[in-house]
Amino acid sequence: MLQKAFYTLVKIVVLFLLGLNVRRKELLPTTGPAIIVANHNSHLDTMVLMALMPLSKLKDIKPVAAADYFFSSPWKAWVSEHVLGIIPVERKGRDRTTDPLKGCCDALSDGKVIVLFPEGSRGEPEQMTDLKKGISFLAERYPETPVVPVFTHGLGKALPKGSFLLVPFFCDIFIGDAITWGGDRNNFMSELQDRFNTLSTEKTFAPWE
Amino acid sequence: MTLDAIHWALLGIWGLLAVASLIVFVISKRSEKNMTELVQRTQSWWVMVAIFTLAFLVSNTISIIVFALISFLALKEYFSMIPTRRADRRVLFWVYLAIPVQYFWVYDSYYGMFAVFIPVYMFLFLPFASLLSQQTDGFLRSVGTLNWGLMLCVFSISHAAFLLILPTTAENSAGGAGLLLFLIFLTQFNDVAQYTWGKMFGRRKIIPGVSPNKTWEGFLGGVGTTFVLAIVVAPLVTPFSLAHAAAAGLLIPVAGFIGDVTVSALKRDLGVKDTGSLIPGHGGILDRIDSLTFTAPLFFHFTRYFYY
Repeated sequence: MLQKAFYTLVKIVVLFLLGLNVRRKELLPTTGPAIIVANHNSHLDTMVLMALMPLSKLKDIKPVAAADYFFSSPWKAWVSEHVLGIIPVERKGRDRTTDPLKGCCDALSDGKVIVLFPEGSRGEPEQMTDLKKGISFLAERYPETPVVPVFTHGLGKALPKGSFLLVPFFCDIFIGDAITWGGDRNNFMSELQDRFNTLSTEKTFAPWE
Repeated sequence: MTLDAIHWALLGIWGLLAVASLIVFVISKRSEKNMTELVQRTQSWWVMVAIFTLAFLVSNTISIIVFALISFLALKEYFSMIPTRRADRRVLFWVYLAIPVQYFWVYDSYYGMFAVFIPVYMFLFLPFASLLSQQTDGFLRSVGTLNWGLMLCVFSISHAAFLLILPTTAENSAGGAGLLLFLIFLTQFNDVAQYTWGKMFGRRKIIPGVSPNKTWEGFLGGVGTTFVLAIVVAPLVTPFSLAHAAAAGLLIPVAGFIGDVTVSALKRDLGVKDTGSLIPGHGGILDRIDSLTFTAPLFFHFTRYFYY
């Protein structure tokens, strides 16, 4: 209920203040199990992907986010879990005895769609960094599950890391064809990287420095 | 009486759109070629005319808000298209804030402030706001491009909205609403007319370095058609004498053409085909209002000089 209300508000903000140019929306999975992987520039990334989903499906769509950031205080943790619907993941393996991907696995076994940002951090806005390998471990455990690459541009301009002032820009959301686990970690990662390279060169973006 | 003229004019536009849609429908059925874009274009016209009619019939205030939203979308498209500096995020925010302020002057009929707020106050304020970041690399380009966008997307377009609040006079029962309808209808009709004449008879390129599809035949055919239409509809919704109707009938198509190729030059410079993808079949909102950015201020001052 709270989640629906929140994301209705998000939809209004995202669609009116920002405005999205979405290519191939039909490739975006709304029923699980499925993994959406996107590049990460801004807190808006999650908001935009959630805004593209039908409200009735929201409860089955779970963004995966850093436990050290989103669950750092009880208040934040409550909002992250109940309003945003986040699955926490430990970025630094402080505790070797627990499985950092357990939350993701549970959600996939449960037939949910999870949203992952394999760059690990928002980093410098509009610059893509290397993909972390965590995603390939997940794909290996769920070899049938489609992994859908989503490239976004402009969200880091609208709300970069460290800023609270939202400046409107039209944002591009390019969705690529799904890949699945092919049996080899390096091949999987390079295939995923290729998908992102193709998507990110589909359009010439205005320079921003 | 006041309402009647406007209502007839709106009905005429809907009728024209219906006829045009019928023609497009027949062409797309008969033609072997892919007509998706033309069909999409026509569908988008229905949506745009519907929004415009609705705003028009509800109230002046709603119409002013609609124009403010058009300015916002156009400016956002412009900022998304041009190179910008990260250091100027805050400055961009100020530029956006100029939109509600400028349209408030329109709503308030405060002509003096309306005329100087952007070209004087914002013009002086933006470079100051930009230098606060203390990043001088690209300062000139940044200030120049931001100001130009503000003038084009907000200042120019707000002149169309200011027509709305011009009062009714003895010789003009349709008032400002009639003048706005005259401007918007002829500007958009001229775009379509120039395009159609060009498609049918275009041979000699008019300005190939900027816009290779534009031809003399399209330009002159469009000017001629719009000119005749202006003389025919002027008595219905404007106070214009025959000479003034003829002058407006030349001003709008010529200025509209210049606005169109100006935005084309911008797109060429940036290496983009359309300014956006907001309006199916047309491209972005700036692609649709490019002519209006030139016709609105010129037509406004033409009218103000002779009649107000």
